[in-house]
Amino acid sequence: MLVNEKVAEEHGLKKDEYKKICELLKRIPNITELGIFSAMWNEHCSYKSSKIHLKKLPTKGERVIQGPGENAGVIDIDDGDAIVFKIESHNHPSFIEPYQGAATGVGGIMRDVFTMGARPIANLNSIHFGSPQHKKTKNLLRGVVHGIGGYGNCMGVPTIAGQTSFDSSYNGNILVNAMTLGLVKKNKIFFSKAAGLNKPVIYVGSKTGRDGIHGASMASASFDEKIEEKKPTVQVGDPFTEKLLLEACLELMSGDSIIAIQDMGAAGLTSSSIEMASKGNLGIEINLNEVPCRETKMTPYEIMLSESQERMLIVLENGKEELAKKIFDKWNLDFAVIGKTTNSKNIELFFEGNQVANIPINTLVENSPMYDRKWKKSKLPKKNKIQKDTFNELKILDVLKKLLSNQNVCSKEWIWQQYDHTVMGDTIQKPGGDSGVVRVHGTEKAIAASVDSSAVYCWAHPLTGGKQVVAESWRNLVSVGATPIAITNCLNFGSPENKENMGEFVECVEGIGEASKYLNFPVVSGNVSFYNQTKEIGIKPTPAIGGVGLIKNYKKMVTMDFKEVDNLVLSIGKTEGHIDQSLFARVILDEKNGPPPEINLFNEKNNGESLLNLIEKGLIKSAHDVSLGGIITAISKMCIKGNKGIEIRKKKNLMNNIEFFFSEDQGRYIIEIKQKDLKEVTNYLNKNSVHHEQLGVIIEKEMIIDKKTKVTIDELKSYYTNWLKNYMI
Amino acid sequence: MKSSVITFPGSNCDRDIHVALTKFGFINRLVWHNDNELPKSDLVVLPGGFSYGDYLRCGSMASKSKIMKSLINFAKSGGMVMGICNGFQILVETGLVPGVLLRNKYLEFICKNVFIKIQNKENLYFKNLNKDIFEFHIAHNEGNYFCTRDQLNEIEDNNQIAAYYCNINGKTDEKYNPNGSLKNIAGVFNKEKNVLGMMPHPERMIDQSLSGDDGALFFKNLINNIK
Repeated sequence: MLVNEKVAEEHGLKKDEYKKICELLKRIPNITELGIFSAMWNEHCSYKSSKIHLKKLPTKGERVIQGPGENAGVIDIDDGDAIVFKIESHNHPSFIEPYQGAATGVGGIMRDVFTMGARPIANLNSIHFGSPQHKKTKNLLRGVVHGIGGYGNCMGVPTIAGQTSFDSSYNGNILVNAMTLGLVKKNKIFFSKAAGLNKPVIYVGSKTGRDGIHGASMASASFDEKIEEKKPTVQVGDPFTEKLLLEACLELMSGDSIIAIQDMGAAGLTSSSIEMASKGNLGIEINLNEVPCRETKMTPYEIMLSESQERMLIVLENGKEELAKKIFDKWNLDFAVIGKTTNSKNIELFFEGNQVANIPINTLVENSPMYDRKWKKSKLPKKNKIQKDTFNELKILDVLKKLLSNQNVCSKEWIWQQYDHTVMGDTIQKPGGDSGVVRVHGTEKAIAASVDSSAVYCWAHPLTGGKQVVAESWRNLVSVGATPIAITNCLNFGSPENKENMGEFVECVEGIGEASKYLNFPVVSGNVSFYNQTKEIGIKPTPAIGGVGLIKNYKKMVTMDFKEVDNLVLSIGKTEGHIDQSLFARVILDEKNGPPPEINLFNEKNNGESLLNLIEKGLIKSAHDVSLGGIITAISKMCIKGNKGIEIRKKKNLMNNIEFFFSEDQGRYIIEIKQKDLKEVTNYLNKNSVHHEQLGVIIEKEMIIDKKTKVTIDELKSYYTNWLKNYMI
Repeated sequence: MKSSVITFPGSNCDRDIHVALTKFGFINRLVWHNDNELPKSDLVVLPGGFSYGDYLRCGSMASKSKIMKSLINFAKSGGMVMGICNGFQILVETGLVPGVLLRNKYLEFICKNVFIKIQNKENLYFKNLNKDIFEFHIAHNEGNYFCTRDQLNEIEDNNQIAAYYCNINGKTDEKYNPNGSLKNIAGVFNKEKNVLGMMPHPERMIDQSLSGDDGALFFKNLINNIK
């Protein structure tokens, strides 16, 4: 096939990009080479629109062993142990084929983690769907949940936490972000940097088929009405093979045979071979006839661009081939020596005795395009003039019941009951809490993780929204008693070629950077997903933040369920009555304008650290951060989980009850303490200038507000638990 | 006391049961499915997971693994064999215990705590337990127990039903049936009661920090019974 501008365009390469390729090669590429360029230069692999902005994120910290740039980030958790983690999107494929799209998203992120030598110990996910009334939503939700469960359950890795939201901006572009944490010894971490000449390049895992060709390119374009035709670009997952691959790789990794290892994810053999060679400043030679193929007569182009799953590329030490082969034979996996490292600094491909591609590796990596896209700064919206006298007509309990059964607040048990969350025998906090928590096997330590996003706040004001998501992740870790260490981010946005969407990206990243720097909560890995857009309509900006924290003694972990009658309930952090962009404003007042609540990073840090100290002293019986739906929604969840009631005695203040209970001011927590500890707790909080307020006392099975408003916890529970179950029937 | 846990390709609760058995005093060995002979054991456990990816039919391919010949001989000569979850599925495929395990009634994977009522204590698994109702954990997609009417009559007559799903008070209504199992059956024995298959995972309940610790009672009692 002759290559020209038109063929290049069909590969998603712009005119000037094609021109640049010809200049770099000093000739016209052949079709295989063009395919390789298109795979390496698409947005998904090259980060060409995001790179200059991502550079601004703080990525270092005293516990950071490896920041962005490897398969996943790595943090130090003491005693020679480290946690490897990353989040990744699989949005486009999941919309086209929800089961396989979601399943291979989970498979891909687990591979990223065990490629580094870590055994996966926990999965999380952040999934976002269109309006519940939209005709596709139910099937997409069911397919995605089955896909995530199908893969993770079979792998035997617990899914310990997640987040699900519904918003009409995802009607045509759902989001499926999967996160994995793995455990590794600090001195047994594997990297993707090749080293040494004439080292054998080994292919292991599944055979290569024609599935997923151009998957990464598909993920770098917007959708239109012909999207169904892209189904063949979705990969098909086989978790059983991945489980074998995991065990085989870890077995090989226990010795010293591996120089470098890289999984074949997006852009398959192309990106894995090029990345390893590029990092080692080497060349690589591959004989494509040696690649195990599932189908006959596959062309070099197809072999290089296939995104068949469950495959790994390894650079071995010389002479270790037999030993390695034995291990992969034991696990019934393909094993083939397909090439070697060279000093040419080129990627050279051979097929049937002919050279079919020869490209200088630096042209694919360092010389890949980088754009400073036009972007529009957004203004902070003006505060709404909400008519507060309309509040007087509202009954608190009516509002509360509506919010508890709102699709973005209600219990997601229908979802997480389909995920095995207890396998591996170390899950000490299940889904449904502020963070999932797993013990570090055989030790007193535990790792907490959560994943958060707040698309509405980001949409209203991206800079504030970006800060808010990081702060919320921090709070979710603090609430279970974990010291926050680092984050991974999955940045889901519309088209970078649209300056509003690009502006949302730039400012969200700025907000994330500012908060993570202030909170000493660096970004160690992540992924950018642009083009979450159907024709001209993009999604609400949805950066998802996966946070990881350490609990030194798992027995000190805190949960959110109220524990004991007569204990006192306090709030930490100041309630100022911010209603704009709250769930209350959107659902009850149908008001979509106004600024999101402000983030005061000093208070975030101070409130969070003070709470951590109180937890460390053993004074906190339960804790929960205040988020969507405000104080009363948070308290209700604590009642429901603990099957306890509360008598709320609000102090007289100028604030209207509605503002007090439903506002979404940030940096707040609800805590439960023993009566006898009240003095100690409040003295400590006062000393540290942490605003706090006494809210009430725990009683049996009923919520009573100011003596006259009463509701049973069972009734609240039915509102909280029934919506999703009933919706999915 | 010596125990063995067989690892099939795709087993994923082999480590969990190994941890549990070891914690309560067994000297346990993990045995590879491709071995010919079982090591000398007082108890053999077929663990949970997705042996051979659960392709074809859950447990079906594992039931033809090389080690199974030795295992079947061991069971037929009276050796104690316990299959948990996927292990139960493998046991029904070998025919060592009666019945089949169908896909869950609501066609969804279920992971949660359930209560089970121990039906028969005249065997080494449950003898001397000082209560009847246990809180265990289930995590499966195909745990819907089914057998023919004749088989049911036979296992009822022979006291082969090991446990029923129930509520905290031991009520065995359909309401407390998580997966559609015939008569709420959660586990069955062979005729001689030396082979036990059950869907619930006691190994996930061995510590108060986990989902609960009723599994600890089960294992402590089990090793005492075998001693």
